[in-house]
Parts: sequence; C-alpha cells; structure tokens
Amino acid sequence: MSLQIADKTFQSRLFTGTGKFSSASLMEESILASGSELVTVALKRVSLTEKEDDILSYLHHDRINLLPNTSGVRNAKEAIFAAQVAREALETNWLKLEIHPDPKYLMPDPIETLKAAEELVKLGFVVLPYIHADPVLCKRLEEVGVSAVMPLGSPIGSNKGLKTIDFLEIIIEQSRVPVVVDAGIGAPSDAAKAMEMGADAVLVNTAIAVSENPVQMGLAFKYAVEAGRMAYEAKLAPMQQQAVASSPLTTFLN
Amino acid sequence: MDFYQVFQQHTWDEIRESIYQKTPQDVIRALQKSGKRDLEDFKALISPAATDFLEEMAQLSHRLTQKRFGKTIQMYVPLYLSNECQNICTYCGFSFDNKIRRKTLTEEEILQEVAVLKRMGYEHVLLVTGEANQTVGVPYLQKVIRLIKPYFSQISIEIQPLDQDEYEILVAEGVHAVLVYQETYHEEDYKKHHPKGKKSNFQYRIQTPDRLGAAGIHKMGLGVLIGLEDWRVDCFFTALHLRYLEKRYWQSTYSISFPRLRPFSGGLEPKVEMSDRELVQLICAYRIFDEEVELSISTRENEIFRDNIIKLGITSMSAGSKTNPGGYVVEPESLEQFEISDERSPQAIASVIQAQGYEPVWKNWDRLLQ
Repeated sequence: MSLQIADKTFQSRLFTGTGKFSSASLMEESILASGSELVTVALKRVSLTEKEDDILSYLHHDRINLLPNTSGVRNAKEAIFAAQVAREALETNWLKLEIHPDPKYLMPDPIETLKAAEELVKLGFVVLPYIHADPVLCKRLEEVGVSAVMPLGSPIGSNKGLKTIDFLEIIIEQSRVPVVVDAGIGAPSDAAKAMEMGADAVLVNTAIAVSENPVQMGLAFKYAVEAGRMAYEAKLAPMQQQAVASSPLTTFLN
Repeated sequence: MDFYQVFQQHTWDEIRESIYQKTPQDVIRALQKSGKRDLEDFKALISPAATDFLEEMAQLSHRLTQKRFGKTIQMYVPLYLSNECQNICTYCGFSFDNKIRRKTLTEEEILQEVAVLKRMGYEHVLLVTGEANQTVGVPYLQKVIRLIKPYFSQISIEIQPLDQDEYEILVAEGVHAVLVYQETYHEEDYKKHHPKGKKSNFQYRIQTPDRLGAAGIHKMGLGVLIGLEDWRVDCFFTALHLRYLEKRYWQSTYSISFPRLRPFSGGLEPKVEMSDRELVQLICAYRIFDEEVELSISTRENEIFRDNIIKLGITSMSAGSKTNPGGYVVEPESLEQFEISDERSPQAIASVIQAQGYEPVWKNWDRLLQ
C-alpha cells in the first residue's frame, strides 16, 4: 500500500492543502482526520520573520511532511527564487512547483514550469510540478528529473472532478514517476475514481476546507483514497460495453 | 483599442434603459445559468427586478465566494501619507478649495505610523495620497516604498493616475496593487465633479487601468464612488471595464470596491442614495458575474452592515482605519478625508470574522515573490 517518492515513504496516498479553512485549528484537525502525510503550504501565507501563531505551528506533527508551494509566482525566475526561500524557511528541499501567470483560472504555465523544474532539480530540490494533464509535458518533466508529476483533474478549486480523465489515463500508463492527481477533485468519489485508474496519490484542498464539516470530509477522503487504491490493486473486473449477444452472428462459421 | 474606445460604443441612457427594463425572467435566467454570466446577466442582477431575488442571490454569492476564496477574509489597512492635492473634487475632504491644513508625512513620521500598524498585526498596507506632483510624486513614493518595504508583505497604492513608465518604476520597487477608481463613468457629470486639476481629464483616468495592465501590475482595483450618479449604470460600466481588462491583461488580478459617499465637512450630499439592500444586491451581482474578482469593504460602512456582509461575497476588509495623514499617532486630530463608520479595532473585527466561521488572513503574499 505504501508509496515511495524520492527519499520518503508514505502510508497515506492522500495529500492535502492548507488554504481556505475557517481557522488554523480546524485545518489541523481536518488534516489529522484525513491521515495525510504530505501537506502543501503556500510560501506567501507563511510568516518568514515571526514563527509564533503562524500556520506552520499547526502542522507540527511527526506524521506530517511539509510540501512548500510557489503559488503566486508568474515565471521560472520567480519560482526558483521562491523555492530557495522556501527551502530555507521551511527546512525542506521538497517543493510543489506551481507557476500560474493567469490569476483567474490559475492555469499552470508549461514552458516556465519545465524550465524551472530542470533548474531546481540541479539545485537539489525534490520537485513535484503542478501541470495541465499533458502527457508529453509529463514525460519531458520526468526526463529533467522531477520526483513526481501532478496533473490537474479540472481547474483548481473548481470541484468539477476528473474532466481530464482521458489524458490522465495516458499519463498514468506512460509515467515512470508517481502521478499525483491535483486540483479539481470535488468529492471523495472523484478521488476514488482517480485511485482506481492507478493514480499514485491525489491532492485535495478546497473540497475538504470548504465543506460544511471539514473534519468529517477529511475522513471521507481518507476512506475513498484507500478504497480506490485497494480496488486498483485488486484489479477491476473488465467493463462490458454491451450484453453478450444471445443470437451470435458468426455461428455459421463453426 | 483601449477601454475609452470600448466605452464610447455605449451611451449612458441606453444602458440605463436596458437595466431598468430587465424582468424577473431575466433575473431567473441569470441565476440559473450554469456557465459564466455575461453583461446582460449582470444588468439583470443589478436591476430593480432583482430586488425580489435578494436571498437567492446572497445564497449563490456565498457559495461561489467560498468555493474560490474559502472561508477567509483578507485584512488590509490604509496609510494616508498626505492630504495635499491640486484637484478640486466636489465630494472629497482633501479638495484643493477646501481650507484645511495640508500635511505630508516625513520619513520619521511614516515610521511612527508604521509602528502602530505593525502592532495592530497588519502585513498588507494601502498607501494613500492626494495628487500633488511637487510633493507626493513618483520620487516621494519610491522613497516611501523603500522605507516601509521591510515591514510589510504587500504594498498597494491609491494615488493619482500615472503614466505607464511611472507605474513600471513603482512595480519594480515592489508595489503589488494599484487602486484607481473612476468615481463615475458619466462623462459630462465627471467634469462637473472634477472642475480643476489633472483629475478633470476623464479620458486619461479611464485609460489608467490599460496603462497599469501594460506595466505588468499584479493587481488593480476598480470602482466608482456610489452616490455621484445612478449606481446601477456606473456599476455596469465597472463590470464592462473589468471584463475588458481580464481578457486583455490576463496576468493581473482584479478587485472592486463600492464606496458609498460619506459626509465630510462642507461636502456634497449624495445625488443618488443607495440603500443597504441595494449594496448587498450589488455585491452579490458582482460575485455571480465574476467568480474570481476580489471584493473589498472599507470602514465607510457601519458595524451592523460589515458584520453581516462577511458571508455574502466580499473577500477583504480594512479595520481600525484612519483617513488622515498622521491619523494613527502623529497627528490624530487632523481633518479626515471622510468619516469612518466602523471604528472598532482590527482585533475586534478579527473576532467578528472568526465568530462568523471565517479566518482573518493577515498575510497572503510575500515581497520575495515579486
């Protein structure tokens, strides 16, 4: 059941975020309920000067690994700089690389992301890039040495589910690094579906944070991800497109 | 084509008529639409016909805002640097013809004010000046930004419109957002309200967001001063402006404010009153029209209104604000630009936000990202 990315082993295949919660303590409780072991934090939300009462103080749990993200940067140059600040401030070389020059839909820039990923790998980062569900880009990122790829299911925060499903299937089939479906997962059933397809993990934030009961929703996602993974490992029975014809057309050949 | 040319394709009276002709069916269609709402939907949502749908609008606005922005409210505070101004504006306390003592903060005074804002917990600050190029021009602002940059994560400015190259200078210094309110899109009445000074140039002002977009600003703030003209028409033009800008300057974020004209000594009475119900209608209409735009509410509004608006679509709030240069500590008694309605402290407002099930966010940017 466990998942290996770079030097870390995860028992949970549910990654979570820290934004949009109504309070930091509810965020903490929800993340703990979800069982998540990798939690992404926007560098822009972290106080780099005062450590007390900071978002980070709610994430001090042995099980939780931090995944700083570069949300807010618009190009490779800004991303590389932010990554170095994050490594210093959060004391980890793991990085969720997100470059979205478009603040409306937060669509990731493939060109800048590839450029930054290549450079950051050279600088010793464990790079997990957030990207569109583009199979060729995933292979290119793999070639420059990223530790996983994080294609989107649908626009970030949209809760629309796996709109990119056909491309996610290709990515999962082709990838030699773990595939983490990120963004757009709106319901536990979406997460289960991604896991059944063979995604290595999913990252969920809005669907948990904005639900009426984030703690219970965190737990619901935990179960969904576990169920989806178990189903994938058990191998789904093949889907029949139609019932077996009762009046075969080719019996005359026998 | 810049926005002035887009603007000229519309007439005030035609827009007004088409808003007032919207029917309840138009409102229902706008509310039930599954995709993006267009400008016709926006007209319906701000029309008198929509007043019967206020609760439905509020519910939808609430859901859309939470989906995009979560259960959070961004906190910011204004820092008035100067009340010197060469413009005559009929509605403003700093108007050139208003006989008040003029004051521009020195570096030392700015640091005293900053110390107060830091004790309040602020990380996002909005610098405000009048228009006086000799004293508070670009070199002064550059100096101030360098001075205060170490203390804030995000610096926004609300100053006179500038040329593109001047904006480029300020962006390079670390300005994140620029707020330039059109005041009114009624071109003839704009001239009546701004009889003297550079601000009387309507065309230069309406083209300002274009110059900002071209200068690569991270965020720009739009809005009109509600009370000068029929708010429905003015806000339609704001929405038109927003949609135009979003398509053209797709790398910028946008925010909208909806200040209602507030009394000041010797000032203008609102020509068109906007009720609380109507302001709620407008806020919800903006949200339903544009799920990503930031919506900001200042301390112009009273306590009850502010407490109840938190869940309805807004994304950022100021608190503890002073609208006079030196108002926090240096010269608390000097004349304000306008009267504050909600005088509660930032901590009191933070508690109100938390009590509503929202998190007040003090820091959501880092100057290192720029």
